[in-house]
Amino acid sequence: MSEILPETAEAGAEATSSRMNMIQAINSALDIMMDRDPNVIVMGEDVGYFGGVFRATAGLQAKHGKTRVFDTPITECGIIGVAVGMGAYGLRPVPEIQFADYIYPALDQLVSEAARLRYRSAGEFTSPITVRSPFGGGIFGGQTHSQSPEGIFTHVSGIKTVIPSTPYDAKGLLIAAIEDNDPVLFFEPKRIYNGPFDGYWDRPTQNWSKHPAGDVPTGYYRIELGKAKVVRAGGALTILAYGTMVHVCTAVVAAAGVDAEIIDLRTLIPLDIETIEASVKKTGRCMIVHEATRTGGFGAELSALVQERCFYHLEAPIERVTGFDTPYPHSLEWAYFPGPVRITEALKKIMKDA
Amino acid sequence: MSNGSGTNGSARTNLPPLTLHVPEPKFRPGDAVDFAEVDVPAAGSVRRPDTAEAASGFTDLVYTLIRVLDDDGKAVGPWNPRLSPDVVRRMLRSMALLRAFDDRMFRAQRQGKTSFYMKALGEEAVAVAAAYALDHDDMCFPSYRQQGLLIARGWSLVDMMNQIYSNRGDRLQGKQLPIMYSVKDAGFFSISGNLTTQYPQAVGWAMASAAKGDTRIAAAWCGEGSTAEGDFHAACTFASVYRAPVILNIVNNQWAISSFSGFAGAEATTFAARAVGYGIAGLRVDGNDALAVYAATEWAAERARTNQGSTLIEHFTYRAEGHSTSDDPGQYRSEGEPNAWPLGDPIRRLKEHLIAIGEWDEERHAAQDKEVAEEVKAAQKEAEKNGILGHGLHQPLDTLFDGVFEEMPWHLREQQAQMLAEETASGRPWDKK
Ligand SMILES: Cc1ncc(C[n+]2csc(CCOP(=O)(O)OP(=O)(O)O)c2C)c(N)n1
Repeated sequence: MSEILPETAEAGAEATSSRMNMIQAINSALDIMMDRDPNVIVMGEDVGYFGGVFRATAGLQAKHGKTRVFDTPITECGIIGVAVGMGAYGLRPVPEIQFADYIYPALDQLVSEAARLRYRSAGEFTSPITVRSPFGGGIFGGQTHSQSPEGIFTHVSGIKTVIPSTPYDAKGLLIAAIEDNDPVLFFEPKRIYNGPFDGYWDRPTQNWSKHPAGDVPTGYYRIELGKAKVVRAGGALTILAYGTMVHVCTAVVAAAGVDAEIIDLRTLIPLDIETIEASVKKTGRCMIVHEATRTGGFGAELSALVQERCFYHLEAPIERVTGFDTPYPHSLEWAYFPGPVRITEALKKIMKDA
Repeated sequence: MSNGSGTNGSARTNLPPLTLHVPEPKFRPGDAVDFAEVDVPAAGSVRRPDTAEAASGFTDLVYTLIRVLDDDGKAVGPWNPRLSPDVVRRMLRSMALLRAFDDRMFRAQRQGKTSFYMKALGEEAVAVAAAYALDHDDMCFPSYRQQGLLIARGWSLVDMMNQIYSNRGDRLQGKQLPIMYSVKDAGFFSISGNLTTQYPQAVGWAMASAAKGDTRIAAAWCGEGSTAEGDFHAACTFASVYRAPVILNIVNNQWAISSFSGFAGAEATTFAARAVGYGIAGLRVDGNDALAVYAATEWAAERARTNQGSTLIEHFTYRAEGHSTSDDPGQYRSEGEPNAWPLGDPIRRLKEHLIAIGEWDEERHAAQDKEVAEEVKAAQKEAEKNGILGHGLHQPLDTLFDGVFEEMPWHLREQQAQMLAEETASGRPWDKK
């Protein structure tokens, strides 16, 4: 075993940082974790020699070897099932599902197995796996390269769900996810791999090189799972968002000149309820924004929680801004996407009597 | 092996350490290519069993290659389908048309006229010859690389392009990614982006046809990489259990994006050999030999039609282009591979056959190449009158909500109204129709 999973020197945290886009930050997190822990392995369709269709695993096989970074057969149930088995042995697999739209063949292994192994074996066996998967739309990918299925998994007891919105967060959260002893779904908003898309699809897009969160420490650091981040403090209303929608909300709020408090949830399960509760009690208004379809989406859970805990502080009905309850369309992508117009309209509505 | 339930701590030191095998393709970028190890049996050397032979008797046929066209362009051996020169010429033309279509649409994507395209370069014979061997009303369940079925069945190129452009003429209302056609009138099932889902569906369609006492059969296609999906194995089990009248085609074009066929099991066995374990007939065919593909499909169709059950056919071929317009094969495989492929170019081989039997010549071929290019060009001009992706959005906005259900429930009606109100608020380009 020692030959195929070589011991590597402990990489101490470095003070230096460099400009990274989200893919590079994820790559850096994987690389660092593979350096630090010989049990971390990376697997998935096209992740090995090629380095992944989004290049997130580029260079890892050359550096860490084929038995720690390898291509897999095209079977998502196989990928997750095998990862569960490797995890049971004591490894920390980080499987990639090429697009979140292709995670469904793996549902049984995720829902019935990974999520429940600890519970049903009373802790004898666990699933310390981190499933990475690009998700979300905005790239003209049609219905099979655009979906946001996080709500399916937040409904399942026993899986954590993490969604970063910046390179800085992506790296720190991914490291924490890999170190976590429970299964974590790590959904990567592919629309913002290269830059913080603000929802104005007809304007030139930025890249991360000019964004403060594109400045990423080159060494090890972690961002605790279950901690949200207030990306904009304000008193007029609370906006709960994650992934791409954090940037869209930020742009809309700036354009509308509303003093919103924008909270990037970062982890959906476990949820940072304290930050949410404190904010809504302060502002008295709550708007929830996600790209996923509306009915039964994670926004429904957030809305219920806010209503249960902050009802007597609410000054307006909670607003949910989401994708529509249709499959993700190809040509009408921007009519589907919960962009600036939809969010602005909701803002007007919730602030009407303010 | 730290924490976790690993057993490394108790490893028995007198035993050799286990090692993990990870497949590796023969050639990577920069490598000189030599396909000498690819076993190519002589054309005509493989027996042709009776279509009623028991599935248990096929073990020899799943490890060889059924080939009809020999090196001199002669059609030889028991699998020679003995087609009339006219049919062969039509097949050749369909393959040429497919190649011209792919070429033009690939370029259209590069010119920014659409978001995505996938070619079938080098594997044109697989879909085209099968379409000729099947009846017109047999039902096809393709993957995204069998546009040749539509072209061979004479489907409108303009209609296909409209879909590729997601334009005003797109019958699918711009809902699907380019090339994910759905053409019920041509016996062509709606293509899914999710791999291999069509496989059990084809079996189900065939079972339904059998249960109803119909005479039609079904055929499915998937890539060799896709055989790893659970759906493939579910399909084979059902096909075997119910002796479904279905032809299950595996297009082994050696690459699944960057993963060579070894990641689907090709280091250990052939894909046709999967049939043995399931107890269905298996054939392995030179996929660049249109006559062999025709013959194998015709054989399997007869087997299915006579209630002898399913056949799994591996088409041994090569994906000569990148996976899609999003792919750069130079990153993971040797540039030399496509030209070194020992089974050659399916169009050139069929052309040489027709010339060898005195039914074709270079001049006619060159003229035909020009003609199909013109046909595609004219179709493109026609399709572009309906718009291209990115020049405004051509679908009526409210079609976004069509087809989620047969009847729209209240929540979709509300959302549709919301979308139209947003539209009014936005002043976006497609508002100004
Ligand atoms: C369920 C699922 N998983 C992954 C993908 C992503 N994907 C699209 S095509 C492809 C490779 C398929 O290769 P193969 O089956 O050999 O067919 P080929 O492209 O060579 O024709 C992959 C991995 C997908 N579309 N669906």
